[in-house]
Amino acid sequence: MKMNRKFLVLASLFIVAAILVTGCVPKGGDTPKNDAPAASDTPTSGTDTPAAGAAKILRTNNGSEPGSLDPALAQGTHESWVLDHTFEGLMKLDENGMVVEGMAKEYKVSDDFLTYTFTLRDDIKWSNGDPVTAHDFEFAWKRALDPDLAADYAFQLYYIKGGEAYNTEEGSLDGVAVKALDDKTLEVTLEAPTGYFLELTAFYTYYPVNKAVVESNPDWAKNAATHISNGPFTLTEWEHDASLKIRKNPNYYDAANVPLDGVDFTIIDDVNTTWQGYEGGEYDFLVDVPQAVTAKLQEEGNPELVIGGMVGTYYYNLNPAIKPLNNVKVRKGLSMTLDRKTIVEKIAQGGEIAAEGVVPFGIFDENGNEYRDGVGQLIEYNVEEGKKLFAEGLEEEGMTPEDFKKIVILYNTLESHKKIAQAAQEMWRVNLGIEVQLENVDFQVKLDREKDGDYHISRGGWIGDYMDPMTFIDLWWSDSSFNDVNYNNPKYDELVYTAKGTADQKIRFEAMRKAEKMLMEDMPVVPVYFYTQPYVQKPYVTGVYKPLVNYPKLTYADINR
Amino acid sequence: MSRYLLKRTIMSIITLWTIVTITFFLMHSIPGDPFRKEGKMPVSVYENLLKKYGLDRPLSEQYVIYLKNLLKGDFGDSMKSKVETVNDMIRRGFPVSAYLGLEALLIALVFGPALGALAALYQNKLPDYISMIIAIIGISVPSFIMGTVLIQFVAKNVSWIPIGGWGEFRHTILPAIALSLMPLAYMARLMRSSMLEVLNQDYIKTATSKGISKSAVILKHAVRNAILPIISVLGTLISNLLVGSFVIEKIFGIPGLGKFFVQSINNRDYTLIMGTTIFYAIILIVLLLLVDVAYIFIDPRIKLTKEGR
Repeated sequence: MKMNRKFLVLASLFIVAAILVTGCVPKGGDTPKNDAPAASDTPTSGTDTPAAGAAKILRTNNGSEPGSLDPALAQGTHESWVLDHTFEGLMKLDENGMVVEGMAKEYKVSDDFLTYTFTLRDDIKWSNGDPVTAHDFEFAWKRALDPDLAADYAFQLYYIKGGEAYNTEEGSLDGVAVKALDDKTLEVTLEAPTGYFLELTAFYTYYPVNKAVVESNPDWAKNAATHISNGPFTLTEWEHDASLKIRKNPNYYDAANVPLDGVDFTIIDDVNTTWQGYEGGEYDFLVDVPQAVTAKLQEEGNPELVIGGMVGTYYYNLNPAIKPLNNVKVRKGLSMTLDRKTIVEKIAQGGEIAAEGVVPFGIFDENGNEYRDGVGQLIEYNVEEGKKLFAEGLEEEGMTPEDFKKIVILYNTLESHKKIAQAAQEMWRVNLGIEVQLENVDFQVKLDREKDGDYHISRGGWIGDYMDPMTFIDLWWSDSSFNDVNYNNPKYDELVYTAKGTADQKIRFEAMRKAEKMLMEDMPVVPVYFYTQPYVQKPYVTGVYKPLVNYPKLTYADINR
Repeated sequence: MSRYLLKRTIMSIITLWTIVTITFFLMHSIPGDPFRKEGKMPVSVYENLLKKYGLDRPLSEQYVIYLKNLLKGDFGDSMKSKVETVNDMIRRGFPVSAYLGLEALLIALVFGPALGALAALYQNKLPDYISMIIAIIGISVPSFIMGTVLIQFVAKNVSWIPIGGWGEFRHTILPAIALSLMPLAYMARLMRSSMLEVLNQDYIKTATSKGISKSAVILKHAVRNAILPIISVLGTLISNLLVGSFVIEKIFGIPGLGKFFVQSINNRDYTLIMGTTIFYAIILIVLLLLVDVAYIFIDPRIKLTKEGR
């Protein structure tokens, strides 16, 4: 009896240990593999088992679990990075940042710039072999606008005539002016001439979905087995919160020029961990490098670090309802005494560029030149002038520098925001003799307080959706839902309407240049710097390029070991 | 016994309902909501989202709807993930976290009491000092530092141990060690003090004077009694280990449940906040009940009712 009990205890301990050790590790998510005919020459099972010749699989990390891999429901880079490699729109961005034909073979624009007629390529197929048709596009765009689908990014399709009305339940599905004339021809009519509409068709909300697949299975995008796409790669494995695998799509029209057999993404959101992995050789490529590492690599001139371009601006909102921030001289004084060069070089340290306005570098104007060259430097660092303006402004409001003790810089909790806010605090203390306070809150709380106007100075940032100054200019017209500073200047609004209402590029750009200058004269926001996107790649990785509005493009990447 | 169990079950349900109600209203009272974000989202899109997830209704109505679904075992759709429901997320994340937790528990249970017993037997001698240094490190060094140190010094140098990720047993080694240190140290200290107390008891002296070998005295008489306090903390400890750790799962990129506890609140993902809270509460309640029941069997001094035995 005694022996028996001892034996039982030992045996059960042994069994527990055995279960743990023999590796019956529960899966992160049970996703059956994709049955679609993907890359028949490569094994879909993993990177460690090269078939005939070594399969070229690029290993990288996607910063967090995608909330959806349905183009209509996607809303962030962690979704779009995968979508940009598995889907393709009518147009696409090439390595020079130019908008070129993707699924479309050619397009025609009507004389009033309102109607676009796209003709699709002949040899385009879905990853399951179905042909990609104009009907798929019509279906996809109307679906994304469906109010019942409640897509966050539906507003990206508001340019289409009747799109906004349908999404807000004021119009009907039939009122949406996109129509497949036949299998190969798609006709779209816009609400107003839109200079950047072609580029928008390269954006993920405009990607097509396979009509037959989506209609027969509403859950098609939830796992790899049923995920059907039309891009250079196809999703073959998705273990939720753990990993994603995409493999070359042999049905892609340009498959012959895609060197990789696939890309493996882990899903790890800790940048320090993934950086250790990169150093240890577990990754070939990595976006989202820790700030300190970027600074160090930059100092060393390490060739593995690439400072990718990006259209994004970091700025401070100044709440005009709070005295003395209502005074333009005070606002300008604050801006003029902010040493942006020091901020980007000593604090941000990721290759960021000191802001020269609200519209970042990299956008082309009507003549194909750098947009910023046409507007020039709109932000001055001039402590003396700033001091003078600030003092005048304060006097006009009947206030003293002492009163600034009540003014608070609000930012969402993040180390880098804190450091920048501290720098601004210190620069203003030294240059203007004021002592502003700092307050950090949850991101969601910050957004709520900005919407309610419950802040003095708050950190803001905007990453452009498309490569046109309008993606920034649009933020501050009086009715914009993002206009947290309640900037209301009828002249500015007029310029925005002018730019939005014309297809004449010269008039359009002239209006936007004027608008930006006006905005910087009134200074409702204080731009700090233009974002960049640093990434690292091992020396044997080639062919990666970074469109300004996307994460780095891996479609034509190669591994040359 | 059965009356006791019935009583405890009813109490548990009331506790759970209280937790659900308090969490529900508390969560809605914090500023922010799941759909607001930095961007040009038009009001119309925002309203479509509120409508889709029923957030446009009065709070009391939302509460009743939630309770109704809860009774059916349905935690609802996550407001952030359009891929998985809250039930899916728990079903997927819990086995991962639980596996890691059990592995950590096993390490802690094997080494913790052993270290503690060793320390007690060699009180104020070298083994005692070593054990207690380990215990102090285990308690005072936070797991995120431990995890980072392990990645830096072990994963980067030992090629078959990955820095993070999930899938095979080798992925679990470092996080399990990092996770086990705190409970291990805690158990070691607990075991040491209770062992010291037991060793001074008369019956140990009696056993020794009867000529029983030293090892038999320690194993059969001392350890068996000294282990009781450890069992009493096991309920909370196991439930904590089973549902996973936010920090460890973030550092090692583990697709477990622990992350959701923090992420759901940051995202104001209401349904996921409720789901994880309720799930954790259930596990805690059940384990505490099990510990109390286990006590009845282990410690004959505990009696439930007069006619209990």
